[in-house]
Amino acid sequence: MTEQAKDGPATTEELLSIRDLRVGFRKAGRTLDAVRGIDIEVRRGEVVGIVGESGSGKSVGMLAAIGLAARNATVSGSVRFKGEELIGQPARRMRRIRGAEIAMIFQDPLSSLNPVMTVGKQIAEAVLLHNPQMSKADAMKRAVALLALVAIPQPERRAAQYPHEFSGGMRQRAMIAMAVANDPDLLVADEPTTALDVTVQAQILEVLRSLRDRLGLGLILITHDLGVLAGYADRVAVVYCGKIVEQATVFDLFDNPHHPYTRGLMASIPMLEESRDVLFSIPGAPPPLGKFPEGCAFHPRCTYATERCRQEEPVRRSVNGRLVACHFAGELPAFEPNGASATVNESESL
Amino acid sequence: MSLAIAGSRSRFSRPGWLSLPLAIGFLVILFWLLMTLFAPWVTIYDAMDMVGRRLQPPSWEHWLGTDSLGRDVLTRTLFGAWHSLPLAILVVFLAVTIGSLIGAISGFVGGLVGGALMRLVDITLSFPPMLLAMAVAASLGPGLGNAAIAMVLVWWPVYARLMRAQVLEIKEREHVEAAVAAGARPSRVLLRHIVPLSWMPILVSATMDLGQVVLLAASLSFIGLGAKPPTPEWGSMISDGATHFYQWWIAFGPGVAILTIVLGFNFIGDGLRDIWDPKSND
Repeated sequence: MTEQAKDGPATTEELLSIRDLRVGFRKAGRTLDAVRGIDIEVRRGEVVGIVGESGSGKSVGMLAAIGLAARNATVSGSVRFKGEELIGQPARRMRRIRGAEIAMIFQDPLSSLNPVMTVGKQIAEAVLLHNPQMSKADAMKRAVALLALVAIPQPERRAAQYPHEFSGGMRQRAMIAMAVANDPDLLVADEPTTALDVTVQAQILEVLRSLRDRLGLGLILITHDLGVLAGYADRVAVVYCGKIVEQATVFDLFDNPHHPYTRGLMASIPMLEESRDVLFSIPGAPPPLGKFPEGCAFHPRCTYATERCRQEEPVRRSVNGRLVACHFAGELPAFEPNGASATVNESESL
Repeated sequence: MSLAIAGSRSRFSRPGWLSLPLAIGFLVILFWLLMTLFAPWVTIYDAMDMVGRRLQPPSWEHWLGTDSLGRDVLTRTLFGAWHSLPLAILVVFLAVTIGSLIGAISGFVGGLVGGALMRLVDITLSFPPMLLAMAVAASLGPGLGNAAIAMVLVWWPVYARLMRAQVLEIKEREHVEAAVAAGARPSRVLLRHIVPLSWMPILVSATMDLGQVVLLAASLSFIGLGAKPPTPEWGSMISDGATHFYQWWIAFGPGVAILTIVLGFNFIGDGLRDIWDPKSND
């Protein structure tokens, strides 16, 4: 379908460029803003992680970008995919792009598969949707080959089975097989490992990475698990209250997070070398949709917040090779992963 | 299972889904289906002809007696299946097809179109079914064909509602979203990913309605809006029996026929529902 030259993961061709994406929901006469201006670029062969809490707008934003926003949503901004503006495209064109050039993987692989259709048929359907001239037998052969590609043993036998006969990890592999059925250029994985156990998570991420290397696709990994991103993402965007608060390469981000929210997230990761009775958590809870605070949205939960943070919304700017939206970016005390725990609890058992 | 039946009795075990009412229902309906097909071969009299003296009580020659024109009631009862069952199946089939199509579209499209279709359903359902069927049948003129049209018009909204409820629930499932994300057209999403998951309650309801349609068809015939006189139709036979009140056997045959058929379909429907949704039993 997409007979574009794929020069492998090393190319830096820009695949997707999202500028000032905004998504609002009309409800009871007023508009609730879920996404308030997001900028992200994805290049070929690159894994971009989007991390944030539930309800931060990370999924909604990406769904809206590929034309899957809810009916009562208003979407504005610009989403350029291979140079083509997607916002405002007719549904017909978007259907052509979805599944063929941009594919999507969802969180729960069991409910994402049709329970009354064999897995092989579902994958074959994904193939046929974008290759209507292909014969059913050929599509089925392709489905089996795809199952083999995502490392499912005995693909012929598995193709004839129903989703309930698959294990959780295999279902997610089947979903991935379906997603890459038409050699997409961009894969959007929305919490692909959240419903799986840790060992299976690693396998799935490994499959995604090998597909990225082999097919040279761009991958957007939406997650709330920083650990997943540490191992698999090239760049990370941290989303809070519908805005990107920090965007950096994965190394820079983990090495020295600049935004207090990113620091809070990092401090919440339990460390193997230390023993704590109480895990660190960011005080407070993320505000509900439509009740985002004035000024910097994070200020009520931020230990560094000043009067300026309460009134003036910070502009995203470049600091130390990254983009941060904080008035005090680069001026905060150096980050130590365990430093935050000092304020919480210091009960070392040894 | 077929092997187990061939073996000793102790090796025979009843499959879990086969409840006693379901088995009885199947046997009863099987009997009437066989009658539908083979009534001319198992009966010895002509259903339309005078074969004995009129109004004879049950005897060895006429097990269920004879009616006011000297026709054999048992023969006519068995022949009646041919006029009731295929009609009921046709009516339910059409009602299910039309109803679930409209319901599915209404549930899937929603908005103004879906709302308008559902108001149409509400309007139709607000009439008592018998009255509406009578009104339609009367305006079209008597005859089984017209009665069938009337019954389809009465019955489709039931399935439209059922289907709409199913579609509304299933279209929110993730695999539907996944299909949309894979670039499937709306019609394909509806037909391949929503409708195949929603037919079970429709099937249960349709099975039970088969009995109800037999009953309604007989009712229309009873008041003269269904089958025309010489036809051995149960409703008109009972109507004949009602004018000869002291010859109870005239209405007895068709009465029992309707009773068993309604009961049989209800048993099957109940059994199917237990298989489909075992939880609803507790």
